[in-house]
Amino acid sequence: MPQVKFIEFNGTKHDIAVDDGQTIMEAATSNLVPGIDADCGGECSCATCHVLISADWQTKLSPRSDTEESMLDLNPDRTDESRLSCQIVMSDSLDGIVVNLPEFQY
Amino acid sequence: MSGIVIIGAGQAAGQAAASLRQGGFEGPITILGEEAQAPYQRPPLSKQYLSGEIGMDRVLVRPEKFYPDKNIDLHTETTVQSIDRKNKTVTTTSGDTYPYDKLLVGTGSRPRILNIPGSDLDGIHYLRTIKDVDAIREAMASARKLCIVGGGYIGLEVAAVAVTKGLEVTVLEMEDRILQRVTTPEMSDFYHQLHTERGVNLMVNTGVSGFTADGAVATVLCGDISIDADLVIVGIGIIPNTELAEAAGLACDNGILVDDHCQTSDPDIYAAGDCTNHPNAILDRRLRLESVPNAMEQARAAASNMLGGDKAYASIPWFWSDQYELKLQMVGFSADGDQQVLRGDQATNQFAVFYLKDEKVVAVDAVNSPKEFMVCKQLYGKKVDVSALADSSVDLKTLLN
Repeated sequence: MPQVKFIEFNGTKHDIAVDDGQTIMEAATSNLVPGIDADCGGECSCATCHVLISADWQTKLSPRSDTEESMLDLNPDRTDESRLSCQIVMSDSLDGIVVNLPEFQY
Repeated sequence: MSGIVIIGAGQAAGQAAASLRQGGFEGPITILGEEAQAPYQRPPLSKQYLSGEIGMDRVLVRPEKFYPDKNIDLHTETTVQSIDRKNKTVTTTSGDTYPYDKLLVGTGSRPRILNIPGSDLDGIHYLRTIKDVDAIREAMASARKLCIVGGGYIGLEVAAVAVTKGLEVTVLEMEDRILQRVTTPEMSDFYHQLHTERGVNLMVNTGVSGFTADGAVATVLCGDISIDADLVIVGIGIIPNTELAEAAGLACDNGILVDDHCQTSDPDIYAAGDCTNHPNAILDRRLRLESVPNAMEQARAAASNMLGGDKAYASIPWFWSDQYELKLQMVGFSADGDQQVLRGDQATNQFAVFYLKDEKVVAVDAVNSPKEFMVCKQLYGKKVDVSALADSSVDLKTLLN
């Protein structure tokens, strides 16, 4: 099972084994990783699953959809590394992906 | 230590249990739910779950193994009979008793039921639970004529799924416009036109007086009009499940009364979600709010406070509804506004209507316009440059300064 390495804003690390096909958001909420709210349950309707993923890992991900981009655009903490974790599906090719959590979800 | 008991196994219950463990609580947590499933999300039931695009595993709030993994005792198909506040126990209809140190009531709501001639015929469905929708989906596979009673979000979402599947769809709305309870006449018009264009037969000012059968339901009667239907879905609102709380002597009025910490009139009992009537400091009033974000935020606050925290709940309400390829996202209540500002072109199905009160933003209805939805959450209560707001060539970020 592929692993996700979550790093909370305060530096706390969580290494989580994820089922193939689970989203990164689901991996966080199923394992009580704090810092992701996931209010809309993964429907790309709330942007409270915001995470930060480095450029090299981003090259392995599908690009942001228009909706994801729009939802992130107005987030005050938004950077080039911003992604909505409900839109990223885990697979073996993403084994070991490092996911940084922002301080707040808006 | 008896631990924490949660009555209900819906969105609020699922979130509360997770928040309790996340908050460091290691004592017993017991969830008692009537349905057969672990906590799941209801919004997809009238959308992708109904259409069959996603299965049950995608609607669960957390995977089934989450509960045993985190030592959360989940009892499904369990109906609570009574709360004994004096002895701090909860008793089920099968006679089992669960003691509690703190109790969370997350009993949610149930559908309002039609009580007219023929309303108990086969083929008439309500849409609230996974069990309801599994039956509806099966019936839709062979039905040809669907009649939906109620032109609210549920009715319209189901209409969109059904007409896309090729059924003949009629929606009956008692009021003079669809979505009357929740939005403006202009938005009702927009959605009326959208559904009509897609082939839905929308009839307003049409109340249902009865149903007749030919085995199962065959006709829907609306006074002098009769409509053929081999499948009927009723979506006419929900009623909070306050009976257990009332019987236990907890203060109730259009929901279980709680304060901004989700505490009921009993200091050891909290409530969260659809069943509560709670104060909202931002809106400056009490309300019962039927929304997922409310269930989750109240659950988080209740969990924190049950563990001795001091977390007040005050969030701006927000909602969403997916019909066809249109995502409607809403912040606040349009009825709170005294002025409307349109941004974008309705004809493109991509626009937003902002609502202002005394020139301050209080709500938005955003259709396929996530940026406008997101910006409204940050602009709430603030005065804005109205001409910039109305001008889609102006970057919304400039309004945040």
